[in-house]
Amino acid sequence: MEYNIKVWRQKNAKAKGHFETYHVTGVEEDASFLEMLDILNDQLIRKGIEPIAFDHDCREGICGACSLYIDGRAHGPDDQVTTCQLFMRHFKPGATITVEPWRSGAFPVIKDLVVDRGAFDKILQAGGFITVRTGAAQDANNILISHDDAELSMDAAACVGCGACVATCKNGSAMLFVAARVSSLALLPQGRPEAARRARAMVAKMDELGFGNCTNTRACEMECPKHVTIDHIARLNREYLKARFSE
Amino acid sequence: MLDLVIINGQAKGIIARNLVTGEIERFGAHAVVLATGGYGNTYFLSTNAMNSNGSAAMQAYRKGAFFANPCFAQIHPTCIPVHGDQQCKLTLMSESLRNDGRIWVPKKMEDVMKLRKHEIKASQIPEEDRDYYLERRYPAFGNLVPRDVASRAAKERCDAGYGVNETGLAVFLDFADAIKRLGHQRVEERYGNLFQMYEKITSSSPWEEPMMIYPAIHYTMGGLWVDYDLQTTIPGLYAIGEANFSDHGGNRLGASALMQGLADGYFILPYTIGDYLSHKFAEPKTDINAPEFAEAEKAVKERIAKIFAVKGTETVDSIHKKLGHIMWEYVGMARNEEGLKKGIEEIGKLREEFWKTVRVPGTNEEFNQELEKALRLVDFFDIGELMARDALNRKESCGGHFREEMQTEEGETKRDDENFMYVAAWEYKGEGVAPELHKEDLKYENIKIATRNYKD
Ligand SMILES: Cc1cc2nc3c(=O)[nH]c(=O)nc-3n(C[C@H](O)[C@H](O)[C@H](O)COP(=O)(O)OP(=O)(O)OC[C@H]3O[C@@H](n4cnc5c(N)ncnc54)[C@H](O)[C@@H]3O)c2cc1C
Ligand code: SF4
Ligand code: FES
Repeated sequence: MEYNIKVWRQKNAKAKGHFETYHVTGVEEDASFLEMLDILNDQLIRKGIEPIAFDHDCREGICGACSLYIDGRAHGPDDQVTTCQLFMRHFKPGATITVEPWRSGAFPVIKDLVVDRGAFDKILQAGGFITVRTGAAQDANNILISHDDAELSMDAAACVGCGACVATCKNGSAMLFVAARVSSLALLPQGRPEAARRARAMVAKMDELGFGNCTNTRACEMECPKHVTIDHIARLNREYLKARFSE
Repeated sequence: MLDLVIINGQAKGIIARNLVTGEIERFGAHAVVLATGGYGNTYFLSTNAMNSNGSAAMQAYRKGAFFANPCFAQIHPTCIPVHGDQQCKLTLMSESLRNDGRIWVPKKMEDVMKLRKHEIKASQIPEEDRDYYLERRYPAFGNLVPRDVASRAAKERCDAGYGVNETGLAVFLDFADAIKRLGHQRVEERYGNLFQMYEKITSSSPWEEPMMIYPAIHYTMGGLWVDYDLQTTIPGLYAIGEANFSDHGGNRLGASALMQGLADGYFILPYTIGDYLSHKFAEPKTDINAPEFAEAEKAVKERIAKIFAVKGTETVDSIHKKLGHIMWEYVGMARNEEGLKKGIEEIGKLREEFWKTVRVPGTNEEFNQELEKALRLVDFFDIGELMARDALNRKESCGGHFREEMQTEEGETKRDDENFMYVAAWEYKGEGVAPELHKEDLKYENIKIATRNYKD
């Protein structure tokens, strides 16, 4: 199958970017979106054109690297998948597909479709680690966690740090990401001792790095490939308020 | 990391390329720890992440660290089959599926043919015409035999012509019985997300038709040789996690890699590296202006310049794909003397082809993914060759390594403990020179070694 790929080209962080349209041929129906980009790059290199830089690693939806904005949606038209799990069967043959990097002040473009999501790492670092020693198996068995709490915590821990929530939010807020991280630990006894401090530190770091405020538009939740819900934002707000009161 | 710096026989730092700016940077230290993962991507197609590579271990090997048991690679039985020649990455389906899924191929060749032509569906094949080959061959363990056994059994059926998709390289993993026995809800609780992921990828629903799976490279048991302190043969150079050869031996059980990550990084290294560092307190900070750093940096820059200078016509991936075919064909699930020799020869030819035909666009002084890939591929050639050499030397079937010459009448693995009960640690002897084999004998004091038996 063939497609027209209208893609953002930007030589480096300082250069001015622009759209360029390329024709890609010979794409199998079962190919993934990233495989289509591999094929296009192969064709570009053979024509003497610089290949399109894009981020990816695990290619199975668990690392969060493949941050592409496709036809106006983070991770493209399919729901609850990362770009690497998006397949070409979702596009009409011959279609023109627009591919952009995440657009957010906190994620500057490195090259073409690759952005620097280092800001997320800084937020995580600000959160710190848990001080409880995890101990041996019998210790784990002595700390009982209800099935529902464990499930909720796992739902939050499913966040892969892709940044789709930020890219989708009209305010460029990282609330869903921060909420997922705060929630997954706050729901477990091992994460409780620092829960309030963690919420405060991560929110402060998020503000410092230039992410916007959350106005509850729920756009993030709609585009999160891992189905992290805004219930976690409510939990984050609770932890945050607790931290403020206990100050 | 593109090179290891050694001063007075001790590891003192690394040379790395800044991926964003291309700058070649020097880092000095009192010791170096490599936690750089395995080399499964030598095969091009594997379940490993795209950026996984064996380059750091290879640099250490070229600087004198022994590389142990390179031939031991694990092939995982439950991956989504290859769907053409445009794929770059294979997706793993969780092993837990084998707890309730039953693996089979048709008994009758005519059914196989109809399946391939999409004339019938798997669910239409009657029970008596299905060959649940794992249950047939291994009644005691059935579908729960270890990964290497399940993988080879799938290959055996597909080689015999019973593969169920167009490429002939797939078997069924069927949940119909489980759904009948446990009910929809229990199956949904256990495997719901996996079923959904499978359907997203293949657009076929495991609720209606069995999944199709095929083995793929997943993990490499071999790696840099280390002692009980996790130190390599170079003083001050440590290797942890999948990058070293320890813990797993010739095979690996599920979940044990994360166990190793924890054991090495959390329980062992923090206690052993201190011993080494305690002797270094008196030493000044490593000077990155030392001639050894300058030399290593120069070598890296020359390597990069040499790659750009080829200015050929072929993309890095297209050459890597060829390496993958050679590896899978000759150093894959079943190996033999003739094939391994041929493999070594083919890798040599492909390496030459690379240095004549590769085309890496752009420059070093920028974010350049093609250059990153090319640098890795240069090392994958050497790893592939080393794997084949080790496989050729090990004339026995052991763990993940299966030599066709060494099998029982029923096609099971046959070890040769008398001659091969050792760790094969290879020492680099220079470019184009055969590496030297060192043998570390394995002595078992507390267990009696036996032959694996999954039949009864
Ligand atoms: C799909 C999949 C599923 C798995 N599931 C399980 C499981 O359920 N249970 C289990 O026990 N194991 C599992 N494994 C295996 C396990 O995940 C790996 O063996 C383990 O993660 C290896 O950890 P590591 O830290 O040694 O190396 P890695 O996690 O591979 O990390 C190596 C790091 O080094 C970096 N690196 C490599 N080379 C260089 C260089 N030259 N310079 C700078 N950086 C470099 C890489 O980018 C990477 O970040 C799975 C593996 C895969 C692929
Ligand atoms: S919350 Fe969802 S969208 Fe945001 S980073 Fe995590 S996985 Fe991505
Ligand atoms: S490449 Fe890892 S989530 Fe897509």
